[in-house]
Amino acid sequence: MIGASKIKQYSNVLEKPLSKGKQEVSLSAFAFLFSELVQYNQTQVDNIAELERRYGVILLLQTMFLGPWAAGSEIVHNQLCRLEDAGYAVGARCLELLCHREKGNRRETRLLGILSFVHSTVWKVLFGKVADSLEKGTEHEDEYMISEKELLVNRFISIPKDMGTFNCGAFVAGIVRGVLDSAGFPAVVTAHFVPMEGQQRPRTTILIKFAEEVLRREARLG
Amino acid sequence: MAAIYNLYIINKSGGLIFYKDYGSAGRMDTNDSLRVASLWHSMHAISQQLSPVLGCAGIDLLEADNFDLHCFQSLTGTKFFVVCEPGTLHMENLLKYMYELYTDYVLKNPFYEMEMPIRCELFEISLSQAIQKDRVALLGR
Repeated sequence: MIGASKIKQYSNVLEKPLSKGKQEVSLSAFAFLFSELVQYNQTQVDNIAELERRYGVILLLQTMFLGPWAAGSEIVHNQLCRLEDAGYAVGARCLELLCHREKGNRRETRLLGILSFVHSTVWKVLFGKVADSLEKGTEHEDEYMISEKELLVNRFISIPKDMGTFNCGAFVAGIVRGVLDSAGFPAVVTAHFVPMEGQQRPRTTILIKFAEEVLRREARLG
Repeated sequence: MAAIYNLYIINKSGGLIFYKDYGSAGRMDTNDSLRVASLWHSMHAISQQLSPVLGCAGIDLLEADNFDLHCFQSLTGTKFFVVCEPGTLHMENLLKYMYELYTDYVLKNPFYEMEMPIRCELFEISLSQAIQKDRVALLGR
């Protein structure tokens, strides 16, 4: 071997310690990759096949004769679903990795615990900073909101006017859902734009709505 | 400080993808701006052939009585040019900065189709901010 190697050679690859991984990744590289992911979700053929699978022949015929925009909101809904699913896969893996690396294999059993885990640890590792704020919903007991002035994934993206409700933050919502689901806190997570007075760009809010069983368990645990 | 009349971005085939004017002096209607864009694209290409110097990359600066035209061509053939008052300084830096904004807010936007007219809100906002803010800050780049 070239050079005096001080690296301990492990006979079994399973005994090698997990590496810390790269701490920093090029933002531009990620932005281009994410842009491709969003575009991939928008391809025409997938939409029609997806529509057919989910909603049957009637919607398919409607789309064929009137054009894809007749089924407008369905397509947006489908794209959001797929983007969220992509995020879900990331979230599930993130939870495993971070529990091992950051928290010494302890797992959160309380609601506030897992929420602050998502709000600080997950955000710090994925986006380099903790989320701007974590709030409890005032209207419903089961709603919590993580707010961010501008999501990293949305930094370079301008949504065209005719796709008003589409938010690429659905990817981040998927990540949060993946983490919560794998930790045993099933929830419905969505991303919303919240316009702010005096600011040109709206804030993004990730709305987390926990399932009934989570609240019941939380109440039982006191 | 001297003023900018208008800004153009043309794609590699000569089609106008972005046009912005500042003030009424440089205002042109859509058809005229399209014509100017394709005219400039052809002139730029012809100048590369006419040049007595080998390896000429095209026209960088056109000086006329009432205006200057600065042009920046990226490696991909996209051209950014600005028409301004004669003697305006540091337009090359502005064009390079505009190119950076283009790569950030247009090329990283999943809803933008290549070679199509630019309809990206973020690009327009950052461009206006760059033009309006203090020139000194821009020149430091």
